Amino acid sequence: MAMNLLSENLNLMSEHLQSERAQPWREELRKSIKNKERTEFPRVKMPELKPEIRSRNYGEVNIGLSLEQAMGEARRCLDCVSPSCITGCPVEINIPKFIKNIERGEILKAARTLKEASALPAVCGRVCPQERQCESQCFYTQKLKKEAVAIGYLERFAADFERESENISIPEVAAPNGTKIAVVGSGPAGLAFAGDMAKAGYEVRVFEALHELGGVLRYGIPEFRLPNEIVDVEIEGLKKMGVKFETNCIIGKTISQEDLRADGYRAIFVGSGAGLPNFMNIPGENLIGVMSCNEYLTRVNLMQAADDESDTPVYKGRRVAVIGGGNTAMDAVRTARRLGADEATIVYRRSEEEMPARIEEVKHAKEEGVKFLTLHNPIRYEGNEKGQVQRMLLQRMRLGEPDASGRRKPVAVEGDELWVDVDEVIVSVGVSPNPLIPSSFSGLEVTKWGTIVVNPNTMQSADTHIFAGGDIVRGGATVILAMGDGRRAAKAMNEFLKSGTVG
Amino acid sequence: MNKIVSKEFLSDNVVKLEVDAPLIAKSRKAGHFVIVRVGKKGERVPYTIASADPKKGTITLVIQRVGKSSRKVCELNAGDYITDLVGPLGKATHIENFGTVLCAGGGVGIAPMLPIIEAMKKAGNRVISVLAARSKDLVILEEQVRENSDEVIVMTDDGSYGQKGLVTEGVEQVLRHKKVDLCVTIGPAVMMKFVSLTTKKYAVPTLASLNTIMVDGTGMCGACRVSVGGKTKFVCVDGPEFDAHQVDFDEMLMRLKAYN
Ligand SMILES: Cc1cc2nc3c(=O)[nH]c(=O)nc-3n(C[C@H](O)[C@H](O)[C@H](O)COP(=O)(O)OP(=O)(O)OC[C@H]3O[C@@H](n4cnc5c(N)ncnc54)[C@H](O)[C@@H]3O)c2cc1C
Ligand code: SF4
Ligand code: FES
Repeated sequence: MAMNLLSENLNLMSEHLQSERAQPWREELRKSIKNKERTEFPRVKMPELKPEIRSRNYGEVNIGLSLEQAMGEARRCLDCVSPSCITGCPVEINIPKFIKNIERGEILKAARTLKEASALPAVCGRVCPQERQCESQCFYTQKLKKEAVAIGYLERFAADFERESENISIPEVAAPNGTKIAVVGSGPAGLAFAGDMAKAGYEVRVFEALHELGGVLRYGIPEFRLPNEIVDVEIEGLKKMGVKFETNCIIGKTISQEDLRADGYRAIFVGSGAGLPNFMNIPGENLIGVMSCNEYLTRVNLMQAADDESDTPVYKGRRVAVIGGGNTAMDAVRTARRLGADEATIVYRRSEEEMPARIEEVKHAKEEGVKFLTLHNPIRYEGNEKGQVQRMLLQRMRLGEPDASGRRKPVAVEGDELWVDVDEVIVSVGVSPNPLIPSSFSGLEVTKWGTIVVNPNTMQSADTHIFAGGDIVRGGATVILAMGDGRRAAKAMNEFLKSGTVG
Repeated sequence: MNKIVSKEFLSDNVVKLEVDAPLIAKSRKAGHFVIVRVGKKGERVPYTIASADPKKGTITLVIQRVGKSSRKVCELNAGDYITDLVGPLGKATHIENFGTVLCAGGGVGIAPMLPIIEAMKKAGNRVISVLAARSKDLVILEEQVRENSDEVIVMTDDGSYGQKGLVTEGVEQVLRHKKVDLCVTIGPAVMMKFVSLTTKKYAVPTLASLNTIMVDGTGMCGACRVSVGGKTKFVCVDGPEFDAHQVDFDEMLMRLKAYN
């Protein structure tokens, strides 16, 4: 039954794609340049701030494509009959349609195409791991063994163009239906959910524990990768649609589950993220100068600690080691360079190939002078008489057999250890789900890892009036998945509130 | 934005602020704290809630002027606004009838001690309070403490009021003569360390309310971490109260100096 529905959905989707593809303007465009010629254009290069300049300031590293560059790159896309790129996109953006709109110069239409599927295209164009999603499935990568169409750059271009043209389309909002909905957390999951529910006419209020909105987009990802302004514009858009925001309000602490119910909220969406930093529990980890990546990035991004006028201090080490190989680690190590570190090193227990970070971030880090010490793992830190970290003991590692995840497992090379001098260590070895909601709400089912159990199609939890999505359901995942969860939850909750059943 | 309803100086450097915060006033319990930020460039700093009036919708904070951030708060006047205020944070104090409870508060630590003294008394405990401060003018809230305690001992470093001596001497006086079932201590970290060493000698279970450096106060950063019984704990979510005999106070004292 479920399978039938699924394949039916797929058929419906591809029918829709085909009818769009058959539109005369698309056909004309396809005929205008031969495919052979299209495949011979080289992939566009993203203009960037020079490494020497950017490794000392916070300006965005990727400058963005010009209109000419974008239209040129758009010509490379073959407008395939069965666009495999879409299968790689977690929210199934109609990729050829938006790219072909760029090719014909209809950039605002391209932006609108993006928004049909994505709530935050300007953000996702910047932070999605495209090389593992749409671009990995592109015909160029798969069949031609050439560099993929720069889908991510084009997405960012169209979204930025729309924003800068000040022609942002505020989606139509249905007549208010008077039903109050509460959203816990203002990260990508909560924002995407809020937008869709506002469109459907609900009275949506987003509660955020911190004093600023945006979740990880604000406190985690640095400005050189995602300027605050981009996040502000998205939030402004939601406000214009009638979404209300309340900062400094912790659901489960300031306001309880019962309070929400008593205040007339019919249903709740939980997008409270995976904010809890993991430590490795090795000797010396509580020395001064050793800290979690979240602490470091929160001080710099949320509290603006690099600004001399800010009251919040931040440790500015000369020899900084960042433990881990994800996006968070890259953000921290590149921030350390910007805060003046002479030596900023990534210490990662596997090899570069296994690093979960976006390839572009690894490339940018290297250009900015970051060192990579792969196949090493810290086992102890030592400090001076004041308790400040001075050196770390690293264990050399090698790659063993593949583990359950298919990645080769790192194993210690017994007896092969070395001391390295450091004056700051940033631990970036993953995060755990935020326990505030699971521990203060009743009626939820929670896994042993602390994630909330939901139906993956509807995002509905064991309590039928509570839906959840993003990192609180998946553990540390991605912006696009969080956003997709928020949208799916909105659709299902809307159905549920109208008919009493979902799916 | 939360409005300051009234302001009072408890001593030259200690200010009592009554702040408009209806939701927190309603939900807070003894032992909870809030995070306060003053101004757009301000730091997020934790302060324990000294008392609350749910009818009026206000909470009371008692703040000692020590550094840049506390000075900013203390400079605010009635009618001014606190930029950001969030809470109640942390776990509430576990209150029950233990028998005899010894409450040892030092300096501004007396302020967060007060709601615990009140709650312990209400739960039927015999409450003995030891208040300690450098000198007479720093002994705050004595009257309110007396109203809720069966016995009060005041210690000052310079002997300007009560007995001359350290808090531990007051604590030891009690422990030597009376059977105490639980000790609660709040104050500077060094003071709590020595209170803890003293009660350990007498095998009296002891809770210390820790005041580490914090950023978010919601378990997100780990700036507040301490070692308790050899395990790392986050004060803002796992605490702020811990079994004092298990706390590594030396590490905590060291970490408090991280940004000095
Ligand atoms: C430094 C860093 C870099 C990253 N880089 C990338 C990247 O390049 N690409 C990518 O795709 N992903 C990246 N990620 C991961 C991505 O940011 C997350 O997967 C995504 O933000 C999860 O979204 P969310 O909405 O579930 O939660 P979050 O963004 O974590 O937002 C949750 C929000 O809820 C609030 N909250 C929690 N509990 C409560 C409560 N009880 N009441 C009120 N509010 C509450 C929190 O304060 C927070 O603001 C990165 C993560 C980090 C930390
Ligand atoms: S697979 Fe590549 S070439 Fe084909 S439609 Fe998608 S982006 Fe264009
Ligand atoms: S203050 Fe950030 S985790 Fe406790």
